[in-house]
Amino acid sequence: MNTPKKWEKNWFEPLALSEKNSEVLAPQKGYWKDAWIRFKSNKGALIGLILIVLLLLIAFIGPLFNEHNYHSQNLTITNQESSGDHYLGTDSLGRDLWQRVWYGAKVSLLIAFIAAFLDVVIGVTFGGISGYFGGRVDAIMQRILEIMYSIPNLVIIILLMMYLEPGVLPIAVALSFTGWVPMARIVRAQILKLKTQEYVLAARTMGASHYRILFKHLIPNVMGPIIIAVTFSIPSAIFFEAFLSFIGLGLRPPSASLGILVSDGYRTLQLFPFQLFWPALVLCIIMLSFNLIGDGMRDALDPKMKK
Amino acid sequence: MTEPILKVKGLEKHFQLDRNRVLKAVDGISFEVMPGETFGLVGESGCGKSTAGRTIINLYDATNGEVLFEGKNIHKLRGKNQKKFRRDMQMIFQDPYASLNPRKTVMDIIAEGLDIHELSNGKSRQEIVCELLETVGLNKSHATRYPHEFSGGQRQRIGIARALAMEPKFIIADEPISALDVSVQAQVVNLMRKLQKEKGLTYLFIAHDLSMVKYISDRVGVMYLGKMAELADSDALYSEPLHPYTQGLLSTAPIPDPIQAKEREKIRIKGEIPSPLNPPSGCRFRTRCPHAMSVCAQVEPIWQEAKPNHWVACHLYSNSNPQ
Repeated sequence: MNTPKKWEKNWFEPLALSEKNSEVLAPQKGYWKDAWIRFKSNKGALIGLILIVLLLLIAFIGPLFNEHNYHSQNLTITNQESSGDHYLGTDSLGRDLWQRVWYGAKVSLLIAFIAAFLDVVIGVTFGGISGYFGGRVDAIMQRILEIMYSIPNLVIIILLMMYLEPGVLPIAVALSFTGWVPMARIVRAQILKLKTQEYVLAARTMGASHYRILFKHLIPNVMGPIIIAVTFSIPSAIFFEAFLSFIGLGLRPPSASLGILVSDGYRTLQLFPFQLFWPALVLCIIMLSFNLIGDGMRDALDPKMKK
Repeated sequence: MTEPILKVKGLEKHFQLDRNRVLKAVDGISFEVMPGETFGLVGESGCGKSTAGRTIINLYDATNGEVLFEGKNIHKLRGKNQKKFRRDMQMIFQDPYASLNPRKTVMDIIAEGLDIHELSNGKSRQEIVCELLETVGLNKSHATRYPHEFSGGQRQRIGIARALAMEPKFIIADEPISALDVSVQAQVVNLMRKLQKEKGLTYLFIAHDLSMVKYISDRVGVMYLGKMAELADSDALYSEPLHPYTQGLLSTAPIPDPIQAKEREKIRIKGEIPSPLNPPSGCRFRTRCPHAMSVCAQVEPIWQEAKPNHWVACHLYSNSNPQ
């Protein structure tokens, strides 16, 4: 058996560093682009998104199609069926239903978006601080959360609505008064999971402040679950607003929201069912679309939750 | 004689699990690291070596004892001195998949320290990052990429570049290679050696792979259950281990020559590492030690210099040995 040749240093030489010699990386694909590809592959979610976009377009452009507005009364043409002039007919005070439905849709969506925005701001801050600092801070903040959660939110909202002047902002505030609680829980759970990751330790060894770690490192990594929670909280805010309007705690006339229109239409249901049908249809489409989008978002942003 | 850059004196780190249970992860270790050298810290999983590293870089507060970096107690630093310490000492982490924020570009990850300490911005920030990428053997075009697009070895290089960004004097490498393939391990270790030579860095190299530690370290400390068992020059430790635990560890480390591997005497360490919640009395290694004596259960061995520059904590070498 001959002994193998001794290894000599000059057999190898280091490769010069250049674009050509470096390892080939997979094509650059950002997080959001990747999510969008997954979202697109979900038919239901795509339909939901298209419906919402169409609905928003019509809500803004539709009112330009005839010369009426949502608040002018004309008692000579009450409760008319659809016609060339009044596309969806008129209500019991002779107001154009086409105008009122789209105005109401805009108001409902506005309330929902404001409420969802407040949910995010309060929920993410509360949940983030609670999860990040942990220990006694967390214990106290969680007890506050449990107290908030244990009071029926309908009671709080009704009390608040009686106290505040009815309007878009007060309704949104009342809705998010308890609405931020689930958001805070989601964010806290995620932060608890992420805060022991080594990249957080790395930031700490470099002297990063708590603020920087929480808002520059942790929260961006919780964006997926936050967006999912928002897409589900928007339809529930719309639903709750409609409910409040229906029981008479919503906006004051002549302002309208989908809930008010449904409530008005309900009074004349047996005689003029179309007055209930149109706002209810728009409400259903909005709710359905947001829920479909929410499902799609969950699959797209959080692939691990898939079966 | 030069002053040591880092002095660890009787460092203890205990975690209060609940009212009655205290986990003594690090229970009184002392050592010194000279400027420009590489100090290896080895031990089994759970022996407290990572906790020791994290306490030294002030991620954890020490329960007892002190860590002096350039003569200053790092756990008592405030304000300006603390900021300076945060720049002078950096850490390289074990898991290259968890140590880089997945939502940040390589540019932002490497420049994080620069941003925190407001050292540079705009164009010079970009230049520094590109230079660092090339130093660690990556391409500057990689700066706009996200961590998940890289392989484990490349990610670890990014981690090293991040640590270098603030031109530190001292780097704690917490098992920097144990999550990598063997071929990539050699690349990363060679890169670390090259950087040490060029930049005059001092390393505290934490690992459980003895052959790698031998390759990179000047001196090696062996930890067992939160205590230091043996500390010596790398060559002395490997040629003539004194502590039975070190002997056992070394005899289980693979040798690349099969004939030599067959012939050598194997010392098997029996059993599992005891729970640090309830460590054995006296010498902590006695439950698994082939040379355990009656004194081992009663008296804790003292930390002594058995030979010049060769420290050990074992009754076999104490002068007051009753046998």
